[in-house]
Amino acid sequence: MTSGYLLRRLASIVLVLAIVTFAVFAITTILPGNAAVMILGQYATPDAVKALELQLHLDQPWYVQYLDWVGGAVRGDFGMSLRLSLPVSQVVGQAFVNSLVLAGTALVLVTVVAIPLGALTAVKRGGIADLLLSIFSYLGTALPEFVTATLLLVIFAAPDNGIFPAGGYVAPWVDPAAFVAHVALPAVTLGLVLMAHISRQVRSEMSEVLNSDFVRAARLKGLRERRVIWRHALPNSLAPAVAVISLDIGYLLGGIIVVEEIFAWPGLGRLLIYALENRDLPVIQAVTLLLAAVYALSNFVSDIVIAALDPRVRHA
Amino acid sequence: MRRTAIAPNAVIAILLLALIATVAIAGPWVAPYDPQAFFPMVRLQGPSAAHWLGTDEYGRDLLSRILNGAPETVLFGLFATVFGVGIGALIGVTAGVLGGWADNAIMRVLDGLLAVPDLLFTLLIVTVLGAGMGHAMLAVAIVFAPGMARIARSSVLSVRTRDYVRAAVARGESGAYVVMREVLPNALSPIIVESTIRVSFAIMIGATLGFLGLGAQPPSTEWGLMVSQGRQYMFSNPWCVAVPGISIALAALGFNLAGDALRDSLDPRGSRR
Repeated sequence: MTSGYLLRRLASIVLVLAIVTFAVFAITTILPGNAAVMILGQYATPDAVKALELQLHLDQPWYVQYLDWVGGAVRGDFGMSLRLSLPVSQVVGQAFVNSLVLAGTALVLVTVVAIPLGALTAVKRGGIADLLLSIFSYLGTALPEFVTATLLLVIFAAPDNGIFPAGGYVAPWVDPAAFVAHVALPAVTLGLVLMAHISRQVRSEMSEVLNSDFVRAARLKGLRERRVIWRHALPNSLAPAVAVISLDIGYLLGGIIVVEEIFAWPGLGRLLIYALENRDLPVIQAVTLLLAAVYALSNFVSDIVIAALDPRVRHA
Repeated sequence: MRRTAIAPNAVIAILLLALIATVAIAGPWVAPYDPQAFFPMVRLQGPSAAHWLGTDEYGRDLLSRILNGAPETVLFGLFATVFGVGIGALIGVTAGVLGGWADNAIMRVLDGLLAVPDLLFTLLIVTVLGAGMGHAMLAVAIVFAPGMARIARSSVLSVRTRDYVRAAVARGESGAYVVMREVLPNALSPIIVESTIRVSFAIMIGATLGFLGLGAQPPSTEWGLMVSQGRQYMFSNPWCVAVPGISIALAALGFNLAGDALRDSLDPRGSRR
């Protein structure tokens, strides 16, 4: 891989993040008129508004505020949370780790289920498994996370005979069994849409590969069918799946907001909803920037993986 | 290869869309009960001859509430998308027609906005504007605009170097004529396909906002709000959440399938899959 390609992609990420910081800042600071009133509510005394304005540097011109905030963000300093009386970086850092655990579990689940499922249905096209997959994948994309989560709760977490707890979080390094019980429903909810997308993508790509010359050559060489499918056809069908996974990380990041709220998972999504409800501006800004940065970086990583898998893309 | 029969998913899409349209237009008028009327004697019941889809915690008829909430839920998706596509297409076509540094600058800004996940972006805007159906609709439209702009721009770019466009320019037609009569009609099909699929996303986002208390407000019977209200009683009567939840999924599914079917029929290259 050429270093020029990497540098260009990195530069474009920096540009994207610069625009994101500006957009986030504009939405949260400039538009509402007076952030101090927005935070304190319309019945706040003028003195209280004045004091908060000073604390938030709202008396400065907007570009000074913006540069201050970006300068702090670059150093990892997002100021103090207005509600939790803790540094934003500490609050957000802890939530980020928890979200990462959930999103990571969902991604592993998706990869383990969706790729073999897609491959299997491509091999047996037109069969019952194929039909079931296409029904499942359409339903997966049409069910919003809050509906899936609610239905899973009704089925699996009834108070008298529930199989799984209805919510909460146990770290995997504290109690692995309890972690699995707590992570199961949120991870399945998050993973459903992605499983639908990715298995369909693998299936359609694999169907094409199975008709290609090198697969025919492998068969004519006398290789066993199992080896042809898993060693020759599948690896060559995965590059588009990687692209879809990275695009779906955007869904995943949006999905955790709702899923964490419903399952009381103490991650970035739940923190964001809390911050939005309580007008905790520094937390809102930090969480938004962090989620956008993760999204941009995951796109970057997937571009590299795709380039590594396919030399034609590298120089495009 | 030319297909003679209409694809099965297109048939399902048409049937579902017809059902959705009927319910969204006629729903409130054919509801068997007043959607807000309390019947304390029949609280939290499952389906019966009197209440086909059961009743909620006040004994209100779920079928009537679903029918009453259909226009709000479905039209939200349609209007938000149309509005978003309008803004996006305007930006994208402008960028594509202008070209050069202006195009570059516009696209970089759009890339930045696209890096914020849709739901997160919507939540930010709704929080700034304040909860409510109108604000939620505006927010979804704003969030959809960058993606639509990108699609509009790329289809304009692919069309504008075609021979028939060059011929129109060579004939000495005005810029407005070329854009409106030659470029746009031919650049339209990817935009139509994408917007149809977006309607299903818009319906889901609208319902999610209702669920989170940021969209439709009580006593509305918007479906996302119904799920959120039913959650308190979901273990004593699962129908309270299942009925509105599945209705949302069916509405989203209809537009999703329709988008796929349109793509297959408009783009012959994609139809092999």
